[in-house]
Amino acid sequence: MPESIRNDQSPAGANFPRDRSWHPPAFTPWYKTSVPRSPKQALISLDGTVSEITGPVFGHNMLGELDNDLVRNFAKPGESPIGQRIIVHGRVLDENGRGVAGALVEFWQANAGGRYRHKKETYLAPLDPNFGGCGRTITAEDGFYSFRTIKPGPYPWPNGVNDWRPAHIHFSVFGHSFSQRLITQMYFEGDPLIWQCPIVKTIPSREAIESLIAPLDMANTIPMDARAYKFDIVLRGRRSTLFENRMEGN
Amino acid sequence: MVQSLGLLKETPSQTAGPYVHIGCVPNFSGIEGVYPEDLGRGMVNARTRGERITVTGRVIDGTGTPLRDVLVEIWQADAMGLYNSPMETRGQADPEFTGWGRCPGDMTSGEFRFETIKPGAVPYPDGRIQAPHITFWIVARGINIGLHTRMYFPDEEAANAADPLLSRIEHKIRVPTLIAKSSGGGAYVFDIHLQGDNETIFLDI
Repeated sequence: MPESIRNDQSPAGANFPRDRSWHPPAFTPWYKTSVPRSPKQALISLDGTVSEITGPVFGHNMLGELDNDLVRNFAKPGESPIGQRIIVHGRVLDENGRGVAGALVEFWQANAGGRYRHKKETYLAPLDPNFGGCGRTITAEDGFYSFRTIKPGPYPWPNGVNDWRPAHIHFSVFGHSFSQRLITQMYFEGDPLIWQCPIVKTIPSREAIESLIAPLDMANTIPMDARAYKFDIVLRGRRSTLFENRMEGN
Repeated sequence: MVQSLGLLKETPSQTAGPYVHIGCVPNFSGIEGVYPEDLGRGMVNARTRGERITVTGRVIDGTGTPLRDVLVEIWQADAMGLYNSPMETRGQADPEFTGWGRCPGDMTSGEFRFETIKPGAVPYPDGRIQAPHITFWIVARGINIGLHTRMYFPDEEAANAADPLLSRIEHKIRVPTLIAKSSGGGAYVFDIHLQGDNETIFLDI
């Protein structure tokens, strides 16, 4: 593992406490599945120990050549999935604004018609024989990542009688610490369904919701090929440990 | 006015949804040929040092129903109490042990299963010793932000009694929710209850 994955060589400090008022609470009854699945007791606070500060590492050598190209990684030779070709790119940062190197980013999504390729999916929109819907990559030294895909479609889901998910891409992100582990969803600029979605509305503030909406990035759009959307992801920062956890006299 | 701290806000969490398998364990979800195998399946190999154990369990909702769309990840030290991580500064962990596992709940029974080794004890920041434990992270449809908890071992009574986390939990009646049950031969069962009288202790770490 490259030394550069560590931001510095001091013993690792704990992560900044999570701002639980910024994240969705567990119990959000308008998103009905949260009702039986939300813990009711208070969380027990634990400032990070070595068990939380450490985390698994993934090497670039585990990646296949097409892992970050959803246009090609499931398609038959010479064929492509139906849909709007897009590139999603951005950086994984920590709360201090530093790029997070070597972060595994996994993503999954529905096809252009809003249909997922999954055993339990029953929406009547058709599967696309050339689209699987999964991809992954590992961030570069500055935290940069990118992948190519087709824009997912919105779809209805059984919650309210007539609830629709806005077009979105799911993200799973590893930082350097297991306590930074995060799953979230990226939405697309200008989608009116964002503001009607019960799952989006689990997030308390408009400001926090807006941090999940990727803007159209014409500067990085490839002419006559694929539009670009930019999506930065911020993981928890961590404390400097210069004055921490050392017995006086040591 | 004062200087700005200049800190960014963490990206807010959203539920993993019912199709988390597509992104995290695509072969399990029926998408074959994109990745050679699902990540996190194999934690140990023939050269891994330590006592082999299995950990099975289910994540159970407030009605008593096991979640059949859950994804569970675990993170643990090696047999000597070292983490296989660039963030580990105390020594070199067993390179034959990843320390990280990922398992979807079975689509019928909801059961997850990890084949791993019993972790060694690791220190608390103040120098006290933490009892051997495995960190769990649970995501699923209906869970808005991933749930962290820990599994401790039933055959470590003295270490558990001295554990800095377990010993400061106010409601002692809840401590057993963090301790697995042994079914002998290195097999442990750790059921996680999201709600109810046996609601598992979840951690804000």
